[in-house]
Amino acid sequence: MAALEEEFTLTAVPLGSGPDGPLGVEPSDKTDQFLVTDSGRTVILYKVSDQKPLGSWSVKQGQIITCPAVCNFQTGEFIVVHDNKVLRIWNNEDVNLDKVFKATLSAEVYRIHSIQGTEPLVLFKEGAVRSLEALLEEPQQKIETVISDEEVIKWTKFFMVFRHPVLIFITEKHGNYFAYVQKFNSRILSKYTLVLGQEENSVIQSFSTSVDRKFISLMSLSSDGCVYETLIPIHPSDPEKNQRVVRSLLLKSAVSGNARSGVGLMVLDQDHLAVLGPPLPTSKECLSIWNIKFQTLQTSKELPQGTSGQLWYYGENLFMLHGKFLTVIPYKCEVSSLAGALGKLKHSQDPGTHAIPHFVNWEASQESGLGSQNSEQSKRILRRRKIEVSVQPKVPTSEQLLATIKKESEKHIEVELRKFLAIKRTPDFHTIIGDTVIGLLERCKTKPSFYPRNSLMQLIQTHVLSYSLCPGLMEIALEKTDVQMLQLCLQQFPDIPESVTCACLKIFLGIGDDSLQETDINMESVSDYANTVQGEKMEEQAEILQNGFNLEEDNCENCAQQLSAKPQAAVEEAALCPVIPKRAALLNAILHSAYSETFLLPHLKGIPAQHITLFLQYLYFLYLKCSENVTMTLPGIHPPTLNQIMDWICLLLDANFTVVVMIPEAKRLLLSLYKFVKSQISICSELNKIEVGFRELQKLNQEKNNRELYSIEVLELF
Amino acid sequence: MGEFKVHRVRFFNYVPSGIRCVAYNDQSNRLAVSRTDGTVEIYNLSANYFQEKFFSGHESRATEALCWAKGQRLFSAGLNGEIIEYDLQALNIKYAMDAFGGPIWSMAASPSGSQLLVGCEDGSVKLFQVTPEKIQFERNFDRQKSRILSLSWHPSGTHVAAGSIDYISVFDVKSGSAIHKMLVDRQYMGVSKRKCIIWGVAFLSDGTVISVDSAGKVQFWDSATGTLVKNHLIANADVQSIAVSDQEDSFVVGTAEGTVFHFQLVSVTSNSSEKQWVRTKPFQHHTHDVRAVAHSPTALISGGTDTHLVIRPLMEKVEVKNYDAALRKITFPHRRLVSCAKKRQLLLFQFAHHLELWRLGSTVATGKNGDTLPLSKDADHLLHLKAKGPENIICSCISPCGSWIAYSTTSRFFLYRLSHEHDNISLQRVSKMPAFLRSALQILFSEDSTKLFVASNQGSLHVIRLLEGSFKHLHTFQPQSGTVESMCLLAVSPDGNWLAASGTSAGVHVYSVKHLKLHCTVPAYNFPVTALAIAPNTNNLVIAHSDQQVFEYSIPDKQYTEWSRTIQKQGFHHLWLQRDTPITHISFHPKRPMHILLHDAYMFCIIDKSLPLPNDKTLLYNPLPPTNESDVIRRRTAHAFKISKIYKPLLFMELLDERTLVAVERPLDDIIAQLPPPIKKKKFGT
Repeated sequence: MAALEEEFTLTAVPLGSGPDGPLGVEPSDKTDQFLVTDSGRTVILYKVSDQKPLGSWSVKQGQIITCPAVCNFQTGEFIVVHDNKVLRIWNNEDVNLDKVFKATLSAEVYRIHSIQGTEPLVLFKEGAVRSLEALLEEPQQKIETVISDEEVIKWTKFFMVFRHPVLIFITEKHGNYFAYVQKFNSRILSKYTLVLGQEENSVIQSFSTSVDRKFISLMSLSSDGCVYETLIPIHPSDPEKNQRVVRSLLLKSAVSGNARSGVGLMVLDQDHLAVLGPPLPTSKECLSIWNIKFQTLQTSKELPQGTSGQLWYYGENLFMLHGKFLTVIPYKCEVSSLAGALGKLKHSQDPGTHAIPHFVNWEASQESGLGSQNSEQSKRILRRRKIEVSVQPKVPTSEQLLATIKKESEKHIEVELRKFLAIKRTPDFHTIIGDTVIGLLERCKTKPSFYPRNSLMQLIQTHVLSYSLCPGLMEIALEKTDVQMLQLCLQQFPDIPESVTCACLKIFLGIGDDSLQETDINMESVSDYANTVQGEKMEEQAEILQNGFNLEEDNCENCAQQLSAKPQAAVEEAALCPVIPKRAALLNAILHSAYSETFLLPHLKGIPAQHITLFLQYLYFLYLKCSENVTMTLPGIHPPTLNQIMDWICLLLDANFTVVVMIPEAKRLLLSLYKFVKSQISICSELNKIEVGFRELQKLNQEKNNRELYSIEVLELF
Repeated sequence: MGEFKVHRVRFFNYVPSGIRCVAYNDQSNRLAVSRTDGTVEIYNLSANYFQEKFFSGHESRATEALCWAKGQRLFSAGLNGEIIEYDLQALNIKYAMDAFGGPIWSMAASPSGSQLLVGCEDGSVKLFQVTPEKIQFERNFDRQKSRILSLSWHPSGTHVAAGSIDYISVFDVKSGSAIHKMLVDRQYMGVSKRKCIIWGVAFLSDGTVISVDSAGKVQFWDSATGTLVKNHLIANADVQSIAVSDQEDSFVVGTAEGTVFHFQLVSVTSNSSEKQWVRTKPFQHHTHDVRAVAHSPTALISGGTDTHLVIRPLMEKVEVKNYDAALRKITFPHRRLVSCAKKRQLLLFQFAHHLELWRLGSTVATGKNGDTLPLSKDADHLLHLKAKGPENIICSCISPCGSWIAYSTTSRFFLYRLSHEHDNISLQRVSKMPAFLRSALQILFSEDSTKLFVASNQGSLHVIRLLEGSFKHLHTFQPQSGTVESMCLLAVSPDGNWLAASGTSAGVHVYSVKHLKLHCTVPAYNFPVTALAIAPNTNNLVIAHSDQQVFEYSIPDKQYTEWSRTIQKQGFHHLWLQRDTPITHISFHPKRPMHILLHDAYMFCIIDKSLPLPNDKTLLYNPLPPTNESDVIRRRTAHAFKISKIYKPLLFMELLDERTLVAVERPLDDIIAQLPPPIKKKKFGT
């Protein structure tokens, strides 16, 4: 979150600046020290953290400083221009500005720019640019005129793009604005006309820029109170030509529209913008921090004594004039996080722990330039898609679709539906799908021959349907014994009643193998384990049972046994699946479905005994498969879990025990289950014994520790 | 660093008394706590919750109510029927005044602080005017049938709610007549209990009266109509205390089951103006009855029979999420209860009404780190000295030679001479104490046991020479003119030349014992001093403050030492500053002048001034011994703070000789074992 901290005035003595405010605040070569140039005759060097001046220099009476003092980062000297043409260069040790180096230039200087990593530049009022070194070699050299008559430089900024210095300046002529971008590696000057768009008559009051790889993003605050963004390419395609750049609205009504003065703008980082000015026509002037991305006001601070509209931002400090004082407001923007919003984030990071960031700022890790490019690209794609869509002659609207359902043939419905589903989802997508399904089902009910299977499958796969939305769907599928559809429903619907689940189970168990083979069933929950064709009944496998209760130790042994057994008889190798894979896949869908025991039990009682036995055999087979590996899981994608298997075994036995006991085929199965449970119980009781033993030991240990009221011990401190 | 034989003592059978009342003062951010033995303690919440003052108790003076009035004046009332005002400067009782209404059960100061109201056993509610010097009886309200157990003023000061047995009365202050009587349901879950005791009431500015009672109910009444508005049944046992925040948007209640419930006034639906009281958070920091609760602007404070004072910050009110936002549990007093005679290896334990003298055992065996050595001689309980009179012992001391014991109560000072004949000891009281030696806040013997220093509660320091069986008054250092602040901490240099004394707020004064005059005053620091000591040879005064800063001040040079400046410049390790108990004792190694030994309740530390200071990146406390690391690494990672957290809670630690330490521990389990059993609660449906 962006936050403004407590403000402080830089000096108790008001600047002799008048209402216009200081000429400029510029950083010096030492952090925390800033050069403040007032609009009169004085340059003051401040140490911000101490809030006190370190040095002050004035020009003679009668002279006037016309350009804010800057620091030459390469030499540490200070440079100032007075009376438009006279250049002064001095050191921190110099006392009197009259006695320092002086150079009189042949043209009027607009601004000297100096930033870290490159030599200072001098921008003349006529638009020409010279490096300071070149200028000092021959101060009286001729300075050419770049901009036309009556064109006035309004604003300028100098920055580095990939270690290449770039200068931008904005000029104004009769209400038209032009941007000039001067690159120094190629010495190209490109000119752009800023197209103001509909807001023709508005006056731009303040500018600020940020730079990424390809564009200079020029923010401008207009007199209508809105912030606009103009993207100016750094590498123009045709530098010679005068190009036009359009500005787009970035932030609406950041300041009150009729504020005439005291309005300023500063880009803080990628997402944040500082705006100076009254937010409402009636309110006092304010410093507000806006988040551009979310279009939200992050924080603001009232400046009741008024401000000059000048705003500087260096390091973490915002400088502005408040009343008659130069005020510094430290600004911080922490990465916002959910925990921070909830108040869990520790305010100050524990300095003991290493500075591993708890939260990743996804924005920052992205290349800033890439981001904008991407969005542009996606916009373009969107546009193209829109075009394609519009090219397509007939996309059925929802009304048309519903009409189609009422009368057209199955084939036609399918085509129309596919078309409809292909387009982007609209907000009312859910309701349209629901209406479509209900329409289809109504038609099915009235005309038994009508069964638009493919369309229904398509609709189910949209993932928006549920049982309660179309209760008739599964009924019809049950009626038609469409197991594929039922499987799909079981997988997709979250709210199938237990009676329907049970009905599905009945069908899945009862359907003949031949008819199953013809259907196209999703087999992903059944991996290779069920590949073996239904063969003989399961053999009792003592070693696997053992494995069931003493898993980790016996596992390897078991493997070894299996390996040794392999050549002898492949049949003995493992239990064979009692059902064919397709049926297994269907049953797995049942296992995955949600249910409540109380409601399911009564329905389970209605299943024929043979089917129950078959299902139990299958479940038991699954259990044996589970216990083959350490993690007690089945292979494959989305297999039934051990808990689901055990729950279903219990459920089936609970519901049908009296019946199952009577069936001779089930006897062997029950016997093995019984043995298994018995072994589990014995393990549990052994574990209990061990636990009690440990607890006693612990108690003894505690007593030993506590009872001693007096002891002499040896302590070594390291 | 060194190997020590540690006498690990756990036979100090100290049990703090239960907390009866707490009163929070908003102006000074201080908390007054009264205990069942009549002790009253003042905690400074701004100074890291340091217990900066205390008033010792009295057998017959069971405090039932405690309140601040007229700004920062502290009053208590109890079952002996007296209202007491405390002098927070001189640390004694200003006066006690009988209210003539039998035992007092409740007291409340008016919102303006100019009036006091007490509720008595005979059913009377008495109004007192707080005058600048005393309090003055003004009048009685209408007499009620039974004792008044709780009182609360309406914030405007016009009405008063009084909780009694089975009903709540609302009084009009002007006329003194009861305008409403609100009967409380005796029924408790369908069963008619004998009586329903209103343990607490709170009067809100909108006229709502909140009551808590012995049936486990929190009830909201409309005082204008005298009707029950809302009822919360929150406990199966008594709800014993209630405190409302100043904004009246939240309140806190404490139950006999040890649970503290937080109630908040919240909107019924979001952005609706209609608000209602909702039980928001339960806290279970206590095992026993929560007898008293207080609500500071940022925290819930609770205390009860289990003797802990718990300060639970409200996270939504805490602006800066720093260490102050953590839960605090204060169990042990922030002063020393143990003194030690190094030469004879004697320990003197101070209890509320008696002293115990123990001789430490010995061993001939040696061992390596962590070993418990076999004892050749066990520790002996030599003496059980019962204090005379009903007053609690304020302070006690045994001389380093082990032949003098001194202790003081609020009104008397006792000095005993111990004679050792082989293993037998005999005790002889030194009679005829001078009149000025009546009450002491701190007693200290010089290293050679020839001088006795006594800090009296009038701010003066007495110096007494001890002779064989008698004594002679040498000098009295009078307090600086204009101050009456009492000195609570004393330290004497081992050569006996310097005496340092510190009060609760002003700086540390250093007196020259040789010249009997004030030598210098250490610059004042805004946190109270928690421990003082003067190093041998160098005469450096080491001062620990409640914000965990440690200063070293050279007495001969009258300035802070270079080391102290260095550590102040660099700053202490953040974990050191985050400890939540104050340092209560500082001592020095006789052979290693660079070492300072100090301890708080949870750690013991030797500061080696010759080693580099730890910065925030280094590990402050490493419980594991370095394993076969090369000497280079060990030297590189070594820093000045050698910390051991083996012994805790640590009440006292002292160096007996070069290689022997004594550590007095008081395990919490042992304290809990001596408390009455808590209310049994069902767990897991058993």
